Amino acid sequence: MSGKPRLTYCNGRGRMEPVRWLLAAAGVEFEEIFLETREQYEKLIKDGSLMFQQVPLVEIDGMKMVQTRAILSYIAGKYNLYGKDLKERALIDMYVEGITDLMQMILMFPFAPPEAKEKNLDSIKERATNRYFPVFEKVLKQHGQDFLVNNKFSWADVQLIEAILAVEEKIPAVLSGFPQLQAFKIRMSNMPTIKKFLQPGSPRKPPPDERYVETVLKIFKK
Amino acid sequence: MAGKLKLYYFDGRGKMESIRWLLAAAGVEFEEEFLETREQYEKLLQGGSLLFQQVPMVEIDGMKMVQTRAILSYIAAKYNLYGKDLKERALIDMYVGGTDDLMSFILMFPFLSAEDKEKQRAVIVQKATSRYFPAYEKVLKDHGHDFLVGNSFSWADVHLLEAILMVEEKKSDVLSGFPQLQAFKARISSIPTIKKFLEPGSQRKPVPDDKYVETVRRVLRMYYDVKAN
Repeated sequence: MSGKPRLTYCNGRGRMEPVRWLLAAAGVEFEEIFLETREQYEKLIKDGSLMFQQVPLVEIDGMKMVQTRAILSYIAGKYNLYGKDLKERALIDMYVEGITDLMQMILMFPFAPPEAKEKNLDSIKERATNRYFPVFEKVLKQHGQDFLVNNKFSWADVQLIEAILAVEEKIPAVLSGFPQLQAFKIRMSNMPTIKKFLQPGSPRKPPPDERYVETVLKIFKK
Repeated sequence: MAGKLKLYYFDGRGKMESIRWLLAAAGVEFEEEFLETREQYEKLLQGGSLLFQQVPMVEIDGMKMVQTRAILSYIAAKYNLYGKDLKERALIDMYVGGTDDLMSFILMFPFLSAEDKEKQRAVIVQKATSRYFPAYEKVLKDHGHDFLVGNSFSWADVHLLEAILMVEEKKSDVLSGFPQLQAFKARISSIPTIKKFLEPGSQRKPVPDDKYVETVRRVLRMYYDVKAN
């Protein structure tokens, strides 16, 4: 037993990617098991490893954790990325939840039928530029600090840089009109642990392609 | 100024109901402002009260909190319903994640067409009895304690009771086959704060009806067809 956290998921972003980001940002090395067949998945269920028969699964500190939000909260708490008190945690939670709502749209994008893709892209752009990005632009502008919450690097910053990059992959010019976010993006990208994660060869996964979608449907389709 | 807690939402369950449950379980009094008109909602928006333009919104300890999960986590921690350490919190978060997923099948139920409602009712019962209830039945059976986590009353217990009652509203005998959950339901329902919340006249909201659906659609201008997940 290596002691490193062990992630079990498909070989792609999906719901596990924020976990990879957060561990990487915290400078924590981890192992990964990739689900490729339905048999592997069924074995996990039979072994009782998946509390609700679902992945992500993260084995960490003797626990078999499921539920992405629970996993991320545990990691944030353990590695001091969750603020210094209840009120800072409340802010981080609010910001993370908002960003997660935006990321949910990106998560589902590859699985929508082709005729819905353009409409969905428009929705992502609309939400990003009218609902979510303006909030964080304003937060950063108002306090003028480097990080979202109380001048200290936190889970909220990691979630936001992940979301910015994910949206930019779909809408390259999406940050025009958001100078604070542009500066934030550069700052975060240059933090040593994040910089390393953004380099080739890191555990970061590429944007989902057809092969990824096929694998997911094959493994989880009822 | 600490003042009273104030909840801003429609006069109905929706995403705010879990928050009402948790506050009630913690014995915390709260006020409510019910959104009835589009104008009220726009006034809240223009006033900058809704961080992501959405409700639920809860005024608590000088903050205007949004995002249901953030609000629930804050309340749980503040009122000592979040375990005693990181690992207990992790368990509570996992369990709440499951009951949240289960309740999400019920959340949009009122907005479905009559035909989709019948299909969805079957989905809810199937998920409850084959995925979620067995998981909690096992947790209780394995440790034999009264509460889900750390032998101490927590947010996870409140959330599970809420979920059980909601599924029972769709199929009254859904707990047959789950003796641990039956005992759990009886136990948690008789905790004084929860017993009080389950009595008529409390701030618990009834099963959503067409009037509730109309109000939500009108206030949010949400006129598209809702599909089951």
